[in-house]
Amino acid sequence: MPTAYTSGLTITADTVVRKERLLPIAGEVLVSQGQQVEAETPVARAMRPGNLTTVKVSERLGVDPGDVPGTMLKSQGEAVEAGAVIAETRTLFGLFHNTCESPVGGVIEHISRLSGYVGIREAPVPLQVPAHVAGRVERVIEGQGAVVESRAALVQGIFGVGGERRGVLRVAARAPDAPLDLSVARDGARGAVLVGGATADRELLTAAAQAGAAGVVVGGIDDVDLRAFVGYDIGVAVTGQERVPFTLIITEGFGEVAMAPATFELLASLAGKQASIDGATQIRAGVIRPEIVVPLGEEAAATAPHTARDPFGKLRACPEPFDFAQDKLREGASLGARSQLAVGAQVRLIREPYFGRLAVVTALPPQPQQVETEAKVRVVEVDLGDGRRALVPRANVEMVHG
Amino acid sequence: MTDSVDTILATDCGSTTTKAILIRRVDGHFRLIARGEAPTTVEAPFDDVTVGVLNAASEVEELTGDAFVGDGRLKVGPRAGNGPSASLGLPLAYAGGGAGLYVSTSSAGGGLQMLVTGVVKNMTAESAQRAALGAGAIVIDVLAVDDGREDHEKIGRIRNLRPDMILMSGGTEGGTISHLLDMAEILHAAAPKPRLGRGFQLPVIYAGNTEARQEVAEILGDAVKLTCVDNLRPVLERENLGPARAAIHQLFLEHVMAQAPGYDKLLDWTSAPVMATPAAVGDMVKLAAAAGDLNVLAVDIGGATTDVFSVFGGQFTRTVSANLGMSYSVSNVLAEAGLAGIARWIPFEVEESDLRNRLRNKMIRPTTIPQTADDLLIEQAVAREALRLALLQHRQLAVGLRGVQRRRTVADTFAQDTGAESLVNLMELGLIIGSGGVLSHAPRRAQAALMLLDAFQPEGVTELAVDSVFMMPQLGVLAQVMPEAAHEVFRRDCLIPLGTAVAAVGKSRFGTRAVTVNSPRGEVEVAFGELALIPLATGEEAEITVRPARGLDVGAGSGKPLTARVRGGVVGLIIDARGRPLELPETGRAQTLRRWLQQVGADPRVPAAEAESAARQEA
Repeated sequence: MPTAYTSGLTITADTVVRKERLLPIAGEVLVSQGQQVEAETPVARAMRPGNLTTVKVSERLGVDPGDVPGTMLKSQGEAVEAGAVIAETRTLFGLFHNTCESPVGGVIEHISRLSGYVGIREAPVPLQVPAHVAGRVERVIEGQGAVVESRAALVQGIFGVGGERRGVLRVAARAPDAPLDLSVARDGARGAVLVGGATADRELLTAAAQAGAAGVVVGGIDDVDLRAFVGYDIGVAVTGQERVPFTLIITEGFGEVAMAPATFELLASLAGKQASIDGATQIRAGVIRPEIVVPLGEEAAATAPHTARDPFGKLRACPEPFDFAQDKLREGASLGARSQLAVGAQVRLIREPYFGRLAVVTALPPQPQQVETEAKVRVVEVDLGDGRRALVPRANVEMVHG
Repeated sequence: MTDSVDTILATDCGSTTTKAILIRRVDGHFRLIARGEAPTTVEAPFDDVTVGVLNAASEVEELTGDAFVGDGRLKVGPRAGNGPSASLGLPLAYAGGGAGLYVSTSSAGGGLQMLVTGVVKNMTAESAQRAALGAGAIVIDVLAVDDGREDHEKIGRIRNLRPDMILMSGGTEGGTISHLLDMAEILHAAAPKPRLGRGFQLPVIYAGNTEARQEVAEILGDAVKLTCVDNLRPVLERENLGPARAAIHQLFLEHVMAQAPGYDKLLDWTSAPVMATPAAVGDMVKLAAAAGDLNVLAVDIGGATTDVFSVFGGQFTRTVSANLGMSYSVSNVLAEAGLAGIARWIPFEVEESDLRNRLRNKMIRPTTIPQTADDLLIEQAVAREALRLALLQHRQLAVGLRGVQRRRTVADTFAQDTGAESLVNLMELGLIIGSGGVLSHAPRRAQAALMLLDAFQPEGVTELAVDSVFMMPQLGVLAQVMPEAAHEVFRRDCLIPLGTAVAAVGKSRFGTRAVTVNSPRGEVEVAFGELALIPLATGEEAEITVRPARGLDVGAGSGKPLTARVRGGVVGLIIDARGRPLELPETGRAQTLRRWLQQVGADPRVPAAEAESAARQEA
């Protein structure tokens, strides 16, 4: 059976989201199983070891490495201050002496008689991991963190920049194919996640930044504007660490592209709710997509859980809770990721000359056909909605939600 | 044991696709029979590489009608052999299908990722880098005592990287010990964790000064699994990379692969040890160089990475440009080459934002393919820059040994070189092999030929070829057990000869005579700044004489005629009189590019038949 390419993105109105919230190093877990947490609640904390500074004591004092322990005034595990003498040698009946000072404050971690080096560990740096998504602690991972479970709406974007942020969802465009509204971007955007339509240009991004927005979600963005926003050309498609004034998530692609109607409608229906967003994207093995998670809160308990929109925008039961194992979403693991391409299906054309257009499948010729490049490929015939029909490679269409 | 094998199944488990090929003995010769592919399945929801292997083998089953899969595993064994497809003239020695031999390579899960350390960046650290790359690894960082980073920065870097394996080098025999102990202290403080398999010890290979072995082992303690091998740079004048490479291969199988999902099963199915994909390709490139007694340059341009292999004067070098590629890494080509770098190869005007958006959309939807001629030409422009940058990186590592004392002349005293010459001498290059989708699947072979010419700018007489369906990995691992079968398939079915290029080095005035070529097809005069195509089909050979104008060199010296025997191919004999280094004109660039495309029949907007007839007329 022919299958359309899909980017494996999930758009779901109500599902159970599970997120692993782990420390990068071992530490202390601050929550217990079953506990209700807010997005800002710290889940775990740790002290990251400070930098290790190596002091070349044998060279500084002019002694053999094996003799360094005998010159030490401080012992392993002892605290030292910056500038304190940690080792010395005396010659000529003690008349002359050489000293070695610690360049940093910290604790002496090791004294090597092999290399003659002394390692001084600077003060540890505190690290804290928040729940990021309001919900319930499903389980505790001892010494590392916890899994937070939440009934939530989930929208995955296709690309983003900037890390985790939280804010109230605010619709800032008239329609999915309209650009972000400048007046909304200017006023009342402080701390909000603005939902735009087709795009946001440089002027709008600047206005949103000046207004103190937490995030902007749009269908597409011109790469020239993205470059201006980030300050450089993004090379490797691994993002999330950019120093940007707010997190930017695009749902469809680059250029001016209308947001999928179902995505826009879903986000609009959630306006006023607290959203947890993350622009981190990794387009590599172990793919990570940017995400907008909107916890549904108490009221969701009355409705059936685990529903998601199918490729045609209809709500239906979602068989499995959505599990972000190690915050990595694997392509193909979610509902709709491998949807069947069939006559009548609505698709988005994702390559020139029709990039961004929505169309309906009218035929699926079984034999490969020659396209303009002269390559022979499997194609799909689509109705472009303006009375024209076109043949496009099957690799260049994607099922759309709604 | 392999004498009785008539049917061979070989797979390459790549990052995204698992490719299976079926090889059979036909009339006493090994030939490629079928090829199948399926998505690689090392990640969720499958978490088992063998699922992809079975799916790819099933596609071969569908194509041939033979059975290769049964009871959830591959049918491999000495009695396995010919099923229904044996009617292709094969002896019906066996019944029930299956393969007599199964071999595989793997780069799934991101391949083998290594960190290497040395004392001096340009000496032992560079040798260690060559050892790791030659063994098929992706080198994620090179740490050296003199790399300009503070110790705590190195420690932080090691912690963040999570490599599969570390190779430590440094110190010639009898040389420094203290610097190696410094590096051991840094490794110890970083307490590196392996990428795969929580709780298992990270393999560390020590290939430095043997006198420091014991003390390094004491410092590293039980935190890592240490393996000591011979010093890879025992004296400044010589590298000894073999033992380190062998240890990398062994540890790759025992530790790294063993941690990858499903590899225990795969290792059980194979008739020979699984190889890292680039190591297998490297073996085939070496084989090609030895068989033709040629200097060879081979490139595999993928979606994420570009591998370059070379054999010059018998010395093999491999580099991998981890972030140069046609889909996942296309934006990095943009970042490294700059927009102008890519735009200069596009034979029409294009808006900056349009070009940027097209490239970004390819990055986020990496499996899409060009539909329009313009889009195809834009992708091929990106390929030219990715290939050019990859060769640049390769030339920096494919060098003679740095640190070796050389007798210097007075002239050398004023030269600002670094003391190491690149081994890649384009005038002495005999064969370029291109592979990877953009080259192997270019709608016209002439487009692949022109991409290779523009990106690599070979000089003098050079044969060009593409790997038909990228089966060099499978043939490389097959060569471990059945070298003749591997070589036979490589020669007959793997390489598609594009033809021979004759390129003039130097500069002249545009439009003036650059070269005159005498071939059995007659005499052709080519002006400077132009290309010409002389028909010479696959299997044909011809003796040609090329007379360059004054100031131009085609291999015999400036202005001197060259007589050479050249081979044909699916494109033919290409005379490249555009000069070296190749310079694009500032005015009329797009028209010039279009003319070059048309001169070799590579313009997708000119129908192939029309292009061929025009080329014949011109010739």
